[in-house]
Amino acid sequence: MDPTFKIHGLSAFYGAKEVLKGININILPNSVTAIIGPSGCGKSTFIRSLNRINDLILNFHTAGKVFYHNQDIYAKDVDVFDLRRRIGMVFQKPNPFPKSIYDNIAYGLRIHDFTTREMIDEIVQKSLKKAALWDEVKDSLKQNALTLSGGQQQRLCIARTLAIEPEVILFDEPCSALDPISTAKIEELIHQLKQNYTIIIVTHNMQQAARVSDYAGFFLLGELIEFDKTEVIFKAPKDKRTEDYITGRFG
Amino acid sequence: MERHFDQELEDLKNDLLKMGVMAEEAIFASVEALKKLDPEKAKNVINKDKFIDDMENVIDEKCLDLLALRQPMASDLRFIAMVSKISTDLERIADLAVDIAQRVLELSGKPLLKPLIDIPRLTDIAQKMTKDAINAFVNKDADLAGKVILLDNEADRLRNLVQKELIEDFITKDPATAPRAVPLLLIARHLERICDHATNIAEDVIYMVKADVVKHHQ
Repeated sequence: MDPTFKIHGLSAFYGAKEVLKGININILPNSVTAIIGPSGCGKSTFIRSLNRINDLILNFHTAGKVFYHNQDIYAKDVDVFDLRRRIGMVFQKPNPFPKSIYDNIAYGLRIHDFTTREMIDEIVQKSLKKAALWDEVKDSLKQNALTLSGGQQQRLCIARTLAIEPEVILFDEPCSALDPISTAKIEELIHQLKQNYTIIIVTHNMQQAARVSDYAGFFLLGELIEFDKTEVIFKAPKDKRTEDYITGRFG
Repeated sequence: MERHFDQELEDLKNDLLKMGVMAEEAIFASVEALKKLDPEKAKNVINKDKFIDDMENVIDEKCLDLLALRQPMASDLRFIAMVSKISTDLERIADLAVDIAQRVLELSGKPLLKPLIDIPRLTDIAQKMTKDAINAFVNKDADLAGKVILLDNEADRLRNLVQKELIEDFITKDPATAPRAVPLLLIARHLERICDHATNIAEDVIYMVKADVVKHHQ
């Protein structure tokens, strides 16, 4: 199976400060990869480097290569707008637009040139169903999205991401602001989504990483310490630093 | 960083050690009863078994509590999972000591068929394997556990010797010896099974320490 991402010696810098140090990793399609590590280890920077959303940060630059289907995403001729359409992202804090539930999804479609009303209606419905939110909101699509609960807002953001049919979804601590029931729903959703998407999730919650992922990578001080199948990482990690972190001996 | 959890793991380790000592004592006492064909000593082994059974329940409950409440990972997870398995083997070892004691009751009051030679050797191996397996667990000593596993072949060999001798030299030649031969034959079998359980414990210790699966890999 060809990896979706091949990452060779990826380093990242905020100004002179090196926050990722020569990361090598392959991300396989239709799998969930969890990125774990203490605060400041570079895990968010890592996933934000995969759809170049960090380009928006002043003084941010990278070295090394990130190949997405054999295309170097940092090459000069890359259409960043298209890249971010294919590699969607869901953030820590649900961030719906202060618009109706319907418009939250339709907005992205309109700027991506889906123009007919029927087409948009269909995709709104399909995306909300895929995000396991449809049954809860189908009678109130005109309601302001900010009136939804945190968990519903997060699933709306996932629906919004799914609407433009990405191939990859990057989740940056998607459940850290959610209660256990909403968390369980998102995790269930991630299990379903991996049939059709490649998923990378940054999480502080070790049990969540263990529950949802197929592969896990442990980052520390900008380095990828260990990357393996999730069951290996949580049952018998090879590196003592991984062991210390996941058993809470760290620090 | 010292964790509160470490104290709970230490307590669990001490519980298993206590159970291990009880199982060792049960083997020792059953063997003493055999040497002297002493029914009182044998009954004592049988009566004490319930304490080991209770200990198994206590350890199982603690393991489940820790799994539920601490959601352990990596070496912590392997430790708790293996403690749970080892306690089952220790309980079975104690049951086998009870089986030996019951055979002693069957034999008592009758003269021994022959002087015991290989059974005491097998007894020594069973005691050594059990003791070393428990020590390997306590000290997280995978090398010692490996040595325990190697002894199992000798236990099988001695069991076969005892079996062959009793069947060929006694039961076949004179079926009237069977009531005195069969309990001895079973005792050899019980001792060899104790060695098998000690082997299981040693394999679990290796998994706990090194995450290497050595079970069923011969």
